[in-house]
Amino acid sequence: MASDSVKLSKNLLRMKFMQRGLDAETKKQLEEDEKRIISDEHWYLDLPELKAKENLIVEEKSFGPCEELRYGRFSFKGFNPEVEKLMLLMNPRDETETRDEEDLSRMQTDVTDEEMALRYESLVESMKKKFAKKRERAAPKDDKEEEEDVNHNAVETTTKRKFLKPQD
Amino acid sequence: MFSGLKDKVGEVLLPGDEFSLETEDTISLTERVKPEKVVCGPGLRRSGDRLLVCKSGVLRHKQPNMFWMDSQQRRYVPAKGETVIGIVTVKSGDVFKVDFGGSEQASLSYLAFEGATKRNRPNVQVGDLVFSQFVVANRDMEPELVCVDSSGRANGMGVFGAGGLLFTVSLGLARRLLSPHSEVLSDLQTLFPCELVVGMNGRLWVRSSSVQQTLVITNLLQSCDTMTAPQRQELFRRAAQGAL
Repeated sequence: MASDSVKLSKNLLRMKFMQRGLDAETKKQLEEDEKRIISDEHWYLDLPELKAKENLIVEEKSFGPCEELRYGRFSFKGFNPEVEKLMLLMNPRDETETRDEEDLSRMQTDVTDEEMALRYESLVESMKKKFAKKRERAAPKDDKEEEEDVNHNAVETTTKRKFLKPQD
Repeated sequence: MFSGLKDKVGEVLLPGDEFSLETEDTISLTERVKPEKVVCGPGLRRSGDRLLVCKSGVLRHKQPNMFWMDSQQRRYVPAKGETVIGIVTVKSGDVFKVDFGGSEQASLSYLAFEGATKRNRPNVQVGDLVFSQFVVANRDMEPELVCVDSSGRANGMGVFGAGGLLFTVSLGLARRLLSPHSEVLSDLQTLFPCELVVGMNGRLWVRSSSVQQTLVITNLLQSCDTMTAPQRQELFRRAAQGAL
């Protein structure tokens, strides 16, 4: 191909878009040329070769990894629940120990039983309303109290209402 | 190979003491000698094949091959990765200058906070306390702090310190507080509900539900630096009974 057509210059052949069409021989030749140029230009200091010894000593500036120091934020007895969560997250090593303690010590910010009861009191009422029938909902509150039994279930006392025929 | 070093573990060493870590003369023919790496922590320095002691203190050892000097010093020297409590002193353009008790002030970029962007600047004022971590800590360069971890989460770092008290203790006590199974902390745990931030630079910050309790904890922590364990437990017991 190169013999019959016009010969392309070396610099042109070296360009990236020309690389695809080149055959193996010219490619090799070009590479060799390039290598020679580089080795001619390359120079080095005439020094005895420094033998790189394997470094057996690693320096560590911080105490952290040496003493296995923990994360620096603490909260005790539930003073700051966010930090207590962080403590568990950042100190994975003593996670197992703290988990046992957690069950024993009640957090300060926990909801107390009384609060819970108060909250549920209103909840029971509203849930009851939801399940009550339309008629019961409309009924006045005071007679409903009487109808309720121990389990707070409305007892059906009245028989079904029927159409009453007018007399005469 | 480290037999000389291992013999000295737990002993007091002074700056200038040195250890040779060259391989032993007798090489066993049966097993291949595998070169072991040794990690020298703070207080030890490498010099060629030798290890030099550069801080006075007690030599400590951790398996497999970690050695360091346990020293009592009050001057904090920053090291990469350590978390400290700093005080913002200057607010200039895009960096804050933070005093952490070292020889130089550290810089803290305004982008090094969780959720901070060029538009959304963090609300940091001069005088604020920041709990932050060193990313650059060289002998020759200005130290640099960040308030996020490598994944960009704050994880408890950043501005804090409303309603608490900051005070300074020795670096040794700060490390004792941070060490796993710290006795001082487990004593403190039994006292009051409180919050504690420990910086490796020897700064502590305490907050509890009342000023009195905060002051009690502060005084206890400051005084327990020079106390033995029984003395400390006695003092904490008295504090728990309300005698102090």
